[in-house]
Amino acid sequence: MSFLIDSSIMITSQILFFGFGWLFFMRQLFKDYEVRRDHFDDANIEEDVTGFAVSCSSRYFHWKLNLCVILLILVFLVPFYIGYFIVSNIRLLHKQRLLFSCLLWLTFMYFFWKLGDPFPILSPKHGILSIEQLISRVGVIGVTLMALLSGFGAVNCPYTYMSYFLRWFMLLAELFVICLLFGDFVCFHCRMAMTRRTMFQKGEVHNKPSGFWGMIKSITTSAPGSENLTLIQQEVDALEELSRQLFLETADLHATKERIEYSKTFKGKYFNFLGYFFSIYCVWKIFMVSILFSPVRVQVIFPGNGRKRKVGLMEAWNFNLHISLSRDLTDLFFLFWWQVKFWSQHISFILVGIIIVTSIRGLLITLTKFFYAISSSKSSNVIVLLLAQIMGMYFVSSVLLIRMSMPLEYRTIITEVLGELQFNFYHRWFDVIFLVSALSSILFLYLAHKQAPEKHMTP
Amino acid sequence: MASLDRVKVLVLGDSGVGKSSLVHLLCQNQVLGNPSWTVGCSVDVRVHDYKEGTPVEKTYYIELWDVGGSVGSASSVKSTRAVFYNSINGIILVHDLTNKKSSQNLYRWSSEALNKDLVPTGVLVTNGDYDQEQFAENQIPLLVIGTKLDQIHETKRHEVLTRTAFLAEDFNAEEINLDCTNPRYLAAGSSNAVKLSRFFDKVMASIKLFLNLIYIL
Repeated sequence: MSFLIDSSIMITSQILFFGFGWLFFMRQLFKDYEVRRDHFDDANIEEDVTGFAVSCSSRYFHWKLNLCVILLILVFLVPFYIGYFIVSNIRLLHKQRLLFSCLLWLTFMYFFWKLGDPFPILSPKHGILSIEQLISRVGVIGVTLMALLSGFGAVNCPYTYMSYFLRWFMLLAELFVICLLFGDFVCFHCRMAMTRRTMFQKGEVHNKPSGFWGMIKSITTSAPGSENLTLIQQEVDALEELSRQLFLETADLHATKERIEYSKTFKGKYFNFLGYFFSIYCVWKIFMVSILFSPVRVQVIFPGNGRKRKVGLMEAWNFNLHISLSRDLTDLFFLFWWQVKFWSQHISFILVGIIIVTSIRGLLITLTKFFYAISSSKSSNVIVLLLAQIMGMYFVSSVLLIRMSMPLEYRTIITEVLGELQFNFYHRWFDVIFLVSALSSILFLYLAHKQAPEKHMTP
Repeated sequence: MASLDRVKVLVLGDSGVGKSSLVHLLCQNQVLGNPSWTVGCSVDVRVHDYKEGTPVEKTYYIELWDVGGSVGSASSVKSTRAVFYNSINGIILVHDLTNKKSSQNLYRWSSEALNKDLVPTGVLVTNGDYDQEQFAENQIPLLVIGTKLDQIHETKRHEVLTRTAFLAEDFNAEEINLDCTNPRYLAAGSSNAVKLSRFFDKVMASIKLFLNLIYIL
C-alpha cells in the first residue's frame, strides 16, 4: 500500500519537474532559435529534469531506479545523440549518418573506459557493466568538473557581489562620443576609397599587370593612385578594428554601470550581504583545504588498539582520529576538535544543500548565457545535449560528495546504493582540484584586474 | 556640404542570417568568401545613381551600417547598440528563410531601431510588442530581404514565400528573396535590382523632403 503511495508521489513529482523543465527549455533556452522537433529532445529534457528531481526520497527502490535511469541516459543515450547531431552537421558524411555516429559513440566508450585505469576505483569483485563501474567513472568526471566550477565560483562570488570592486563609469560618456565620431570617420574613408575605385573603373589608368613581366614591373613601380588606395584601405582596416574594440569596451562599461545601479537597490544590498557571507565561507573552505594538505604531521591515537603514530592532518580529519598532545592539553583539544567536527557536519549539511541548489541554478544561468553567446542555428542542438550531459554528471557527483557532509544516520542510505566505492578518494580528489582551481582563478582574476586599471579607478 | 550627401541605412537582423554577405554583395558586387561574426558595427558604402536616366541624375554614396548581435541580448548590449541608431534614413530588415524565428524577431528589431528611447525589458518578453500604429506613422522606408533562398526545397517554396509576403505587408515594405552567394539575383535589370533601386530612391526622396521642409521653415 505504502509502495503505491510512494510510486504515485514519485510519478507526479516527475511529471511536474518534467513540465517545468519543458517550459524552461522552450521559453528560456530556445526562445530565439527554431528547434527541430524530434523525439530526441524529449529524452534530453527528461534527463535534464531528472537531474533536478530531488532524490532524497527515502524510499530505497525509487532512489536506486532513478539513479540507474540517469546513468543509462548519461552513458548510452546522450553521447550517441551528440555524435549523431555532430555528424549531421557535416555535409560530407550526411549519407551514412548512423554508421558514423555509432563509430563516434564507440570511440567515446573506449575513452570513457580508459579513464578509469589510473584511478583506484576498480575492484575485481564487480562485473564489467555493474552500476559501480559506471558510477565510478561518471563520478570522476563529474567530481573534477564540480571541483573546477566550485573553485572558480568560490573566488568569483566575492569578486562579483562585493561593491568594493564596482567602480567608475565616467569613461562611458567619452566612449559614446568617440563611437559616434568614429562612425563618421570610417564612412569618410570608405567614400574616398570608393571614389578612387570608380575613377579606376571608368578607365583612367590601366592597372592590371599583364603577364609575368608585368607582375615583376608592378612590384618595383606601382601607379601612384593605387598606392593611395592601399594606404587608405589599410587605414580603414585599422579603424574598423578600433571600432570593434571600442564597441566591446562600451558594452562592458554599460554592464558595469548597470551593476552599480543594481547594487543600490534593496535586492542589490541583499546580494551584497550574501556575497560577504559566502566569501567568508569560501575563504574558510580554501583555508581548511590548504591546511589539510599541509605537510604538518601530528601524533594520533588509533581508536581501535590505542597505538600512537604520526599521520597527516587530512587523515586525522577523515578518520576521526584523536590527536594526542601533551597530557594537560589533550582533553581540551579533544573536546574542541570533537565539537567543531560535530557542528561543522550539521552546518555544512545545510550549507551544502543551499549551495547545491543555488549552484545548480547558477550553473543553469551561466550555461544559458554561454549558450546565447556561442550557439548558432547549426550547433544549438549539440550544445543543449552537451549541457544536459554536464548537468547529469554534476548531479551524480553531487550525490557522491554530499555523503561527506551528511550526518551519520543518512550516510548509510547512500552507501548501500552505491556499493563499495572508495569515497575517500573522491573527497581527496575534489579537494585537490578545488584548491588548484581556486588558486588559478585567483591568479587569473588578479591578472584581469590588472589589465583594465581604468575600470577600477577610485572617484 | 558633406552632410547633404550623407545617407545612412541600417541593416538589421538576427545572428547568422547573412547580413554581412548581403552588404558585401550590395557594395562590392562580389560574393563574400569568408564570412565571420560581426562585432559591433561594420560599414560599407554603395554607389547609387539617384533618378537614373533623367537629366537630374546624381551619384550618391549610401552607407550600409551592418549592426551585429541578437535581439535577446542583455540590456547593456542593447544600450551600446543604440548608438548606431541615430539619424537613420532607411532600414533593411534581413531574415533567414529557413528559420521562422528570425522572421518573427524582425518585429522586435524594428521596434528597437525605431523606438530607441524605450527602455528594453527583461529576457522573457513575448512577441506582442508589435504595434501596428507605430508602423503606420513611420516615415523611414523599410525593405525586407529574405536570405538563403537556395536552401528551401522546391516543394516548400510556395508556403515560405506567402509567409514572407504577409511579413512585408505588415511592415508596409517591399520584399526581396535571394541567396547571398549567387550574384545573379541582383543582376542589373532583374526585378530584385529594380526593387532595390526603388528602395534607395525612396530613401533619397525622404531626405530631400526633409531638407526641403527645413529650407521652407
